[in-house]
Amino acid sequence: MEPKVINQTLSKAAHSGRWKYGQHSCFCQKQGSGNNWAYGYSVHGPRHEESIMNLIQKEVEKCDSLNGFFIIMSMAGGTGSGLGAFVTQNLQDQYSNSLKMNQIIWPYGTGEVIVQNYNSILTLSHLYRSSDALLIHENDAVHKICAKLMNIKQISFRDINQVLAHQLGSVFQPTYSGEGSFHYRRNPLGDLMENLVPHPEFKMLGVRNIPQMSENSLAYSTFTWAGLLKHLRQMLISNAKMEEGIDWQVRPPLSGLPTLGKMSLNKEFHFNTSIANLVILRGKDVHSAELGAFKDPALYTSWLEPVHAFSVWKTQRAFSKYEKSAALVSNSQFLVKPLDMIVGKAWNMFASKAYIHQYTKFGIEEEDFLDSFTLLEQVIASYCNLGF
Amino acid sequence: MTQSVVIQVGQCGNQIGCCFWDLALREHAAVNQKAIYDEAISSFFRNVDTRVVGDGGSISKGKICSLKARAVLIDMEEGVVNEILQGPLRDVFDSKQLITDISGSGNNWAVGHKVFGSLYQEQILEKLRKSAEHCDCLQCFFVIHSMGGGTGSGLGTFLLKVLEDEFPEVYKFVTSVYPSGEDDVITSPYNSMLAMKELNEHADCVLPIDNQSLFDIISKIDLMVNSGKLGTAIKPKSLVTSSAGAFKKRQEKPFDAMNNIVANLLLNLTSSARFEGSLNMDLNEISMNLVPFPQLHYLVSSLTPLYTLADVNIPSRRLDQMFSDAFSKDHQLIRADPKHSLYLACALMVRGNVQISDLRRNIERLKPSLRFVSWNQEGWKTSLCSVPPVGHSHSLLALANNTCVKPTFIELRERFMRLYKKRAHLHHYLQIEGMEESCFTEAMSSLSALIQEYNQLDATKSMPAEDLPRLRIAV
Repeated sequence: MEPKVINQTLSKAAHSGRWKYGQHSCFCQKQGSGNNWAYGYSVHGPRHEESIMNLIQKEVEKCDSLNGFFIIMSMAGGTGSGLGAFVTQNLQDQYSNSLKMNQIIWPYGTGEVIVQNYNSILTLSHLYRSSDALLIHENDAVHKICAKLMNIKQISFRDINQVLAHQLGSVFQPTYSGEGSFHYRRNPLGDLMENLVPHPEFKMLGVRNIPQMSENSLAYSTFTWAGLLKHLRQMLISNAKMEEGIDWQVRPPLSGLPTLGKMSLNKEFHFNTSIANLVILRGKDVHSAELGAFKDPALYTSWLEPVHAFSVWKTQRAFSKYEKSAALVSNSQFLVKPLDMIVGKAWNMFASKAYIHQYTKFGIEEEDFLDSFTLLEQVIASYCNLGF
Repeated sequence: MTQSVVIQVGQCGNQIGCCFWDLALREHAAVNQKAIYDEAISSFFRNVDTRVVGDGGSISKGKICSLKARAVLIDMEEGVVNEILQGPLRDVFDSKQLITDISGSGNNWAVGHKVFGSLYQEQILEKLRKSAEHCDCLQCFFVIHSMGGGTGSGLGTFLLKVLEDEFPEVYKFVTSVYPSGEDDVITSPYNSMLAMKELNEHADCVLPIDNQSLFDIISKIDLMVNSGKLGTAIKPKSLVTSSAGAFKKRQEKPFDAMNNIVANLLLNLTSSARFEGSLNMDLNEISMNLVPFPQLHYLVSSLTPLYTLADVNIPSRRLDQMFSDAFSKDHQLIRADPKHSLYLACALMVRGNVQISDLRRNIERLKPSLRFVSWNQEGWKTSLCSVPPVGHSHSLLALANNTCVKPTFIELRERFMRLYKKRAHLHHYLQIEGMEESCFTEAMSSLSALIQEYNQLDATKSMPAEDLPRLRIAV
């Protein structure tokens, strides 16, 4: 809703010489939403609904076969979060047969924006009702990857966005549609959602990549599929955000035995139960990769068989500079703790009524906040109970 | 991109305003080497073809022809405004955007507010509407005034009500200079108290400043400059107080150094809205993030660094020093000690070659020594603007909503009571039409209520931060 960033984005793309944005593919206004979710949702949304939906319509008409929509936004601000939620809702109304995935940037735990927790809970609760899947990237995690794995001293947003783009590329770059097939997957978005979101109560997806390192370190490393997959599996079950500092103590519960009690949010070492996982392998000798360990029923919740819960995509083609690389998209308890933190902080602030007048000014009432809290507590509870 | 209009009222307001425009021109000249009228410069300036008579002269793009400040100058005496119009900045101001009178307000809030308010209301409205029309998208009014006098205090606050009624969607940022202890205007407590009530009710954000703090900052700088330590030569043009530039030879007036600090404050406040950066912050975000309750909109500001040493290689230790300084009580623009009071919210606006990791590292480092209110433990708002101010490689402006403003208000109330109890000079006010004793008592209770709110928050300082019980879901 304000021009500076879009201008920068358009010129950067044009400078690359290899691709650019369509001339009329952008929409911006003069004044932003002031970090106010209510302003983005209730003021900018209705005001610009027609123009924005028309623009989307034009792009849709250019498609032969529309998989769906991929909406990239942050939760902490006003436009990405509020207007993003509004647009997603509109997409659901207008294109009810198309899939929608929202790529969400989870803000740093310590303040980028003071009202980020309010904006986040309002965004998440609205998206939960109108989106099909939420692909979540946490700023804190990506920041650590830059610091520890990429060895960047003075981390800028450019570095962070580079890592993010790599993660997205590792998921959405083409892969073959089946074992031994020579056709590329026609509908990655659809396949992904079909595999990973079997139940509407569980929509939160996280991404993990391996390997991830700076150019310098890459020169001295060699990889085997066995090694990569072993690390990736442990990252999954111990809820590690990156390859370094993986907790090898965490083990899946012995199959057949009931898990010991409900997942406690306070316990340090707990096992990350999954609903569904998708592993994407890119590189040399990919057919030799052994994935049995990911099909262990102990990794998954009881109401889904591993044959349904686990899927794999492959391609011989290496991605970026990695001779072999693996990505994991997981619908699991990855995001319970961060979600619980945000809900907790927002609740504390809400109890003192701080900043609420900024939202009620634009039509978001205390009722709306309470609805959001209720919905999200439900989501947290559902994910916590997966261990049974 | 949005525009802002500066309204400078009274002697103090106009003098500060003058320094501000000088500095703004310098800053844009340094950034905008090709003299193209771009969006950044349009936030504060209009581009006008002076050959065209009347109003048709506005040019929206292309080369800079003649820049006119988006400003309205108001003073009930002619001296200061005339001096500005005869000085080096005369071409920057549109002669139609002035409102002056001859007699002045005699340091009497009632004269400024009631008499001149009603007399000039129409004219003021007309000038404001004109300046708003010249704007594509007006976001903010900056009002600069002092609290202790008559015009700035009285007419300045009268303006706020007018702005609120006429432009309800536009933010009102008020830079108020509070009288210091040794203020020579006897009635300044009355004026300040009456003005406070208006600020409480009609301003979106107030940036209180006091002369004593500005003076202390200047003394510190002078000490540094004159200490002549080996190897610590100060980079020219980097003093936050310097107004050198195109007008180096001009005689520096006594308050110039102090006014330049305030001018820097305003420039840094708007830098992220004007220039690009990796983490932008618009003016509407300031109010959204820093004002948790409508009444508590007083923001304590601090600027660092005050000067740049000529040392070219700046290790990151210097950068960290900049962050530490922002929280020291020597760098605040009002006499306050935020470190030992309670933070409600804090904004860090960084300019220059600083990355997100530097910012985060310093927040982590400084957080343990600061006390935040229980419901806003991580109450930080941050912004990164890539364009540094003139003469520096980076700078930091910290805005804090902190209970440390309370002592200023308490002192104000005490000084007011001392006069009011004796009913000293009261007749000067009461003889003005529209003024009654109730004006005074209402102002008193308004200020007391504000102090009480801060007291309540302070009381929570010593309580441990407890997590409140959450909603329970039936599984």
